[in-house]
Amino acid sequence: MASNHVKYRIGKSTFFKGLTILLACACVVPLIFILIYILQAGITKINWHFLTNLPKPVGETGGGIANALLGSMIIILVASVIAIPFGILCGIYLSENKKSKLAYWSRLCVDILQGVPSIVIGIVAYFWLVKPMGGFSALSGSVALAIMMLPIIIRSTEETLKLLPDSLREAGFALGLPFHRVVLKVIVPCGISGILSGVMLSVARIAGETAPLLFTAFGNPYLSFNLLKPMQSLPLLIFNYATSPYNDWHDLAWGASCILLIWVLALNIFTKLMTRKWKVQL
Amino acid sequence: MESSVDTKLATRPNDNLGRVASLKPQGTVSTTKRIKRSFRQIRAEKVFRRTLIIVALAMVVLVLGIMVTLVIESTLSIKSSGIGYLWGKTWDPVRDIFGAYPFILGTLLTSFLALFISIPFSFAVAVFLGEYFPTGWFSNLLKNTVELIAAVPSVIYGFWALAVLVPIVRSFESKIGVEPVGLGIFSSALILAVMIIPYAASLGRSMIHMVPSNLKEAAYSLGATRWEVIRAVIFPYTKSGLFAGILLSLGRALGETMAVTMVIGNTSLIPKSIFAPGNTMASVIANEFTEADHPVYLSALIELGLVLFLVTVVINMIGKRMVSRFTNE
Amino acid sequence: MKTLKSLAIVGLTLAISASMMTTGCNGSGSTSKADSTADNAMIGAGSTFDNPLFSKMFSEYNKLNGMKVNYQSIGSGGGIQQLTSKTVDFGASDAPLNGKQDSALSSPAIHIPVTAGAVVVTYNLPDVKDTLMMTPEVLSKIYLGEIKKWNDPQIQAINKGVKLPATDIVVSHRSDGSGTTNIFTTYLTKVSKDWEAKVGRGSSVNWPVGLGGKGNEGVAGSVKQTPGGIGYVELAYAIQNNMAFAKMQNKAGKFITPSIASVTAAANIDIPADAKVSLTNTDAAEGYPISGLSWILIYKEQKYNDRTADKVTKLVRLIQWMVHDGQQYSAALNYAPLSEKAVSVADAQLKTITYDGKPVLQ
Repeated sequence: MASNHVKYRIGKSTFFKGLTILLACACVVPLIFILIYILQAGITKINWHFLTNLPKPVGETGGGIANALLGSMIIILVASVIAIPFGILCGIYLSENKKSKLAYWSRLCVDILQGVPSIVIGIVAYFWLVKPMGGFSALSGSVALAIMMLPIIIRSTEETLKLLPDSLREAGFALGLPFHRVVLKVIVPCGISGILSGVMLSVARIAGETAPLLFTAFGNPYLSFNLLKPMQSLPLLIFNYATSPYNDWHDLAWGASCILLIWVLALNIFTKLMTRKWKVQL
Repeated sequence: MESSVDTKLATRPNDNLGRVASLKPQGTVSTTKRIKRSFRQIRAEKVFRRTLIIVALAMVVLVLGIMVTLVIESTLSIKSSGIGYLWGKTWDPVRDIFGAYPFILGTLLTSFLALFISIPFSFAVAVFLGEYFPTGWFSNLLKNTVELIAAVPSVIYGFWALAVLVPIVRSFESKIGVEPVGLGIFSSALILAVMIIPYAASLGRSMIHMVPSNLKEAAYSLGATRWEVIRAVIFPYTKSGLFAGILLSLGRALGETMAVTMVIGNTSLIPKSIFAPGNTMASVIANEFTEADHPVYLSALIELGLVLFLVTVVINMIGKRMVSRFTNE
Repeated sequence: MKTLKSLAIVGLTLAISASMMTTGCNGSGSTSKADSTADNAMIGAGSTFDNPLFSKMFSEYNKLNGMKVNYQSIGSGGGIQQLTSKTVDFGASDAPLNGKQDSALSSPAIHIPVTAGAVVVTYNLPDVKDTLMMTPEVLSKIYLGEIKKWNDPQIQAINKGVKLPATDIVVSHRSDGSGTTNIFTTYLTKVSKDWEAKVGRGSSVNWPVGLGGKGNEGVAGSVKQTPGGIGYVELAYAIQNNMAFAKMQNKAGKFITPSIASVTAAANIDIPADAKVSLTNTDAAEGYPISGLSWILIYKEQKYNDRTADKVTKLVRLIQWMVHDGQQYSAALNYAPLSEKAVSVADAQLKTITYDGKPVLQ
């Protein structure tokens, strides 16, 4: 009788193991399904013409997404230029000062910022930039995205630099290096892989953000390089065209989704490969 | 005092650890130059330290600024609707009656339903990666794939849900005898569930991984099966960590905008069932912000943003505090 | 370091592809003439109804003189809000400004009629081949949620001989502030006391039932994807998407098919000088009862922010072109061209636009 009971317990254990494996693998199924569906639906629409033309008005066939591609790149570039120096410097501060009052409050604010919904950041950017400037602009969109990038960059910089051994720092000081040289020429280059991976993760995060751009960058059917004027971006285009009833525009949205998906996944996978190398080195 | 040899620090690259300082004799340099260089260095150091402080301060100012902006822009609506805004059931921009209750309800319904659906999967992944297969190529593959779920942009989830999920839900609804609309709370909860799996899963995995092996070994030595160890040792130990992971998933679900907006049906009425269309706070703002054509309307939408901000921040904070308390124990 | 090298390669590839793309764009595809002045670009926002027509008009205007008009169809309510905030050069709305919106403006705005269209009742009943007939009473009851199924006797009574399925009626409406909604609800208010009491008219109302869709696009999409769906969209959208729409019974008792002709008939009335007029529930015997004008809204006094005289002149000429030559593109896209009376009112309105007190058009 005892062995029957034991068999039951072992059976239960095996059952739960099987259930866990099943559920865990089932998680992955929607993702793979979505990936395949979008690749399938979008890859046929992508060709050189698609990448270099502007969208056509309703009823005319053959449009392209050139304005959205370029717009996305410009907006992300400007957002990165704003967020990266800020983020890295703040991350350095937080990793060097673990106990001070300012570090506590600053860290708290970074945590808060990470949890703020992207639409709220869009609202705030509207009031800070769009209204005073009297118009929608790519710059206000970039600022909204930069605010979203900051927590990711700061966190990863701080975590990376915290992992570096104190002996590095102390060696630098022992040789008489001033503080800024220790940080900029010893610590940061050591942790550059981790910092860069944080930067790339943040870029991947904002590449697909739509909500902050709804009331800031506004959208533009033309190619534009002007930061002070509205600009189109990939996620905005997908949102606008996906909810329209025109099949031509749906096709554009699928192609754009395909490109955006590949771009974001490539960034993420590349980042993972890079950090793996770093872990091995250290 | 004159000194015959002065040292100038040079750096040479070193493959493993980056740059390492080394000494290299240079030649005589006068004292005054040395003193001037030191002053320059001290000044540069001060500037650098000050810059760091300013940047850290700027983050605090940024968050305060966000809160202040939200509050200032909502005062118009707060004054006109009062506290009844939170349980007012009517959202009527024509008669300027603004009640956020349908949206708060919609947000809570979608988020909690999504959480409910995703928890078994998140836990399964966490236990799978933390306990059954902590190392190995398969575990790495699964871990990275689950993290990629979080990387896919929300608008793509929304577009896919609109094109594929909604028709499936529609035929499901006609089979069970409910009005076959497809769009609604249920569909949004489904796509949200997929999107928030990674958050609880990755946190849960690291928590489960951290359980000290002597506890587990003790249980095994008493004759416990694998499952009994998980149930009686690991889960109680990681309880608060797992709960924190759930809170982080919830925080993400509450603030999610784009995917939900495309699938929820956009009605300002209180949803009658989980298959009915509704609205969440985030989707109302996304839909109506650019068109609020009079100040009270706009202010009411911003007040909604303020409520959303406070709710998500509080939940995220609680989750993070629990995690930090757990990792410090 | 290896990572830096690989990053440099990635960065270089991105830069090269970006420059290739931009040169590719300039070399092929675009037919617009190069413009270097910022004054040669306009921003407009508003009505989704006008969007198909405007996208064609602006694309043609661009071919004529290189001006780039960036029009975003965020809904008539949105157009009014952005005009009030002065973030756009002009707004477009299917509803005239009401008292509240007027008082929110810092200086008066004028309405210039630019096109007219029909708001049709579209439905998704794949098995019903005949065109449904609809009366005002039945329509208002459907939208009040009182009639719930397609085979309801009240619907059957006006569609004798048509086999109606027992499907639920799934109502769709606009989720955003819309002039199309304004036209539709103004009509329902005029024909149903119940509707007037319970809901009223406006660009954004408290709908008793139904799904919300964003823009005409959203409602058309919603109805298209939902069997048993019913919604209201502009004629152009319904035809573009091959959707079925109903014949409405007008004030004279006739069942009218929405078309350019019936809208023109409904619009063949005197237009007041400020161009604010409603065409719904028209008295015209052959007129389609749910018709409406669509207006461009701009400030009367154009010297605000730092607009130059040159830019203002270009803007006024753009609108003038839209009201005259631009009308040739209406019919192909199922919009009703402005009647002669409407065009003369539009011209008169344009003449009142001033820059620093002086009229822009001589």
